[in-house]
This record gives sequence, structure tokens and C-alpha cells, in this order.
Amino acid sequence: MYKWFHQLGSPPTFYRWSGRWLPWLSLICFVLFVIGLYGGLVYAPADYQQSDSFRIMYVHVPAAWMSMFVYMVMAISGAIAIIWHMKLAEIVMLSSAPIGASFTFLALVTGSIWGKPMWGTWWEWGDARLVSELILLFLYIGVIGLYSAIDDKRKAAQSVAILSLVGIINIPIIHYSVIWLNTLHQGPTVTKFDNPSIDTRMLIPLLIMAVAFKLFYGIVLLLRSRNEVLWRERRSQWVKDTLGDKTDG
Amino acid sequence: MHPARARRLKLVVLMVVSIFIAGGFVFFAFQENLMLYFTPSEVAEGKAPTGQRFNIGGMVAAGSVVKSNESVEVRFDVTDYGKTITVTYGDILPDLFREGQAVIAKGKLNDQGIFIADEVLAKHDENYMPKEVADSLKKKSSPQQMEGSKP
Amino acid sequence: MADFLHMGGYAAFVWSAYAISGVVLIASLLLPLFEKKKIIKRIKHMLQEDQI
Repeated sequence: MYKWFHQLGSPPTFYRWSGRWLPWLSLICFVLFVIGLYGGLVYAPADYQQSDSFRIMYVHVPAAWMSMFVYMVMAISGAIAIIWHMKLAEIVMLSSAPIGASFTFLALVTGSIWGKPMWGTWWEWGDARLVSELILLFLYIGVIGLYSAIDDKRKAAQSVAILSLVGIINIPIIHYSVIWLNTLHQGPTVTKFDNPSIDTRMLIPLLIMAVAFKLFYGIVLLLRSRNEVLWRERRSQWVKDTLGDKTDG
Repeated sequence: MHPARARRLKLVVLMVVSIFIAGGFVFFAFQENLMLYFTPSEVAEGKAPTGQRFNIGGMVAAGSVVKSNESVEVRFDVTDYGKTITVTYGDILPDLFREGQAVIAKGKLNDQGIFIADEVLAKHDENYMPKEVADSLKKKSSPQQMEGSKP
Repeated sequence: MADFLHMGGYAAFVWSAYAISGVVLIASLLLPLFEKKKIIKRIKHMLQEDQI
């Protein structure tokens, strides 16, 4: 196991392995998106109170879940990068920031579009859930900005890792804000274990979309990491060989 | 483990733990300021600021909505099943506004204890179901039980 | 079909949310692909200069 892990950490192996898996992952992800979109927009019945406006959920909720999941991946790989000085962890951390920022942006924008017709407002500054999610976006932007502002890239990566570890405190605040505080945003639906508060026909498309979003993150993460590996290893023989024979150009 | 790695591991763990402890203290110290609204019971206890704008939140009491014939003005009771506050509002209500639905009203209390709202937001719950299911649930449970749900 | 597009009167909200999501997701996918082309070009350029 450890040996396998170590091999995967070697740039040429990672590059070859990820190149082989990418087309399959993309195919599965595309199929899941098609099924999930059909499920969310057509198969799921309209909500008894919100009518068809609740269908925004199928992009809003997966984006919001991923905004937190990607942050955790970024912070944990940051910790690994600090402790073990593992290059691949550093690359995963750096490659996660832009895609995490996109998911957070989507969660905020789709939430706003959903909030206008249902709540009666685009935005509420007093709502802890909304504001903590906005802070998450600023954390991602801070990570991207900090990395590009420091010229010494090793130091930049270390600083970014520390920033993302500090920002972890925001994740439980986002999650528990709707439980511990009174907010405009409603409480959790799917992670509430006591009784099912969403109809199965509405839940299944949501879970499919959630898997599709997760795979999508995996794909973009691999694409970005491959770019970073290629550039960092530009002087090495395997890059010359890979670009030379064009089988994987 | 390599001593340098063990040292860095300890530092990272220490950093994360201390951030969570500090964050916890800050959160519980400012918890009341982070609340979006006061419930009618909290208003009755005098927790809400007097003489300035604040938000109240609760359920629209069943059968309390009175629409004016001449204008868009509406009057309704907001309740947390303990205390009730009467709210008046003179603008268009959000689509989700209905009796038995949670709302947040922004405005001021007047001298008669009536809340003059300048903005009303509808708060929806975390339950999603199709209309048929909601109707059959309503048939099964008595109206009192339906109203007993948490605001 | 008309009913589907109408979205119970919330068409503007539902479709704009999906459109924005589509644009952002497709952009996040295309950006690293363009980046890759650029990186390969730069590396090839670098290798050619080394040969001279």
C-alpha cells in the first residue's frame, strides 16, 4: 500500500496513471450529469410549497457541499505539505483553490437566485450561513492571491498551507450556523438523521448530482495537477519523452 | 518518524486546536449578535432593542391574516406558540408567505406594541415533498399537530 | 414542453441558475485545458532553444 502510494507520488507515474483514467472519469461524470439533470428538472415532482423553484437545489446544494469538501481537501493536503514536504500534496492544495472558489461562487449565486422568489430577498447580511459562505469565497481568493504574491514558490506554498489551515474554523461555522443560530436559511435536510424530510424522488437526483459534482472536481483537480507537474518537471527526461512521442500530447 | 517531521506535525496539530478553541470562545461570546431575529417571547422579555429597528421571527398564526380593502396593507400575528406580536406591513409579500409559515419581519415596535414592518421575508423549512404527499400527510394528522411544528 | 420551460412561473430564476452553473463549470474545465496547451508550447520552445 505504502509502496503504491509512494509510486503514485512520483511525477511520471502520476502523469501516466492520471492520463489513462481521465477519459473514463469524464465519461462517467458526463453520464451522471445527464441523468442528474433529467432527474432534477423532469423526474422529480414539484415541491408542495416552493413549486418548481426548488429545482435550483440540484445545482445549489451540490455546489455548496463541494465548496466545503474542496476546502477540507485543500487544508488537509496543506497540512501534509507542511509536515512531510510532499510535492504532490502541495500540488493538490494549489490546484484545489480555483475550483473550490468556483463552487463557492456558484453556491452563493444560485442561492441568491433561489432566495429572491422564495424568501423575498437576494441577500441578507444578518444571516450567519450566507455571510460565512461569503467568507469562504474570500478565503479561496486569499489563497490564490497569496500564492501569486510571493515570489519564492516554496515559501508561497507554505504560507498558503498555513492560511488554509487557519481558515478551517469557518467550515463548522458554515455547517452549524443554521442549527445553532437563528437564520433566514433553513436547517439541513439530507444530513438530518431523525426522519426523512425530502421525498425519495427528489432525493435521488440530488445524490446523483452530488456524485457528478464530486467527480467533476476530481477531473479538474487531475487536469490542473497534471499541468503543474508538467511545468515543475520541465527539465526532466520523462517530460521530454512524453512530449516527444506525442502519444499523450 | 523523523524528528523534524514529528515536530512539524505537533506544530500543525497545536495550531489547528488553538484556532478551534479561540474560534469557539469568539463564537459563544458573540452568539447573540449573530442571531438574525428575536422571537416574540424574547421581545416580551425585553431582549429586543427598544426605539430602533430590529427583526422578529416566528410563525404566521393561523387565521390571523387580515388584508385591507383599500390598500396593500396587511395585518397578521407572528407567534412562537408562547407569545404573539401583531405585525402590519404595507408592501408586496413574498410568494411563500402564508398562514402557518415562518416569517422574518424587519421594522419597529410602536407604542401600542404593534410591529410596523418595512420588510417581510418568508423562511421556508427543510422539508421537500410533492403536493400529493403533503396533502395526504395533512389528512392523516390533525390540524393541531400541524401547527405544533417548530417555527 | 411549454410547461417544462415555464417552471411553474419561476422560469427566469431556475434557468438563470442553471445557465450560470453551466457557464462556470464549463469554464473551470476549459481553463486547465488551454493552460496545458500553453505549457506544452513553452516547454517545446525551451527544448528547441536548448538544442541550438
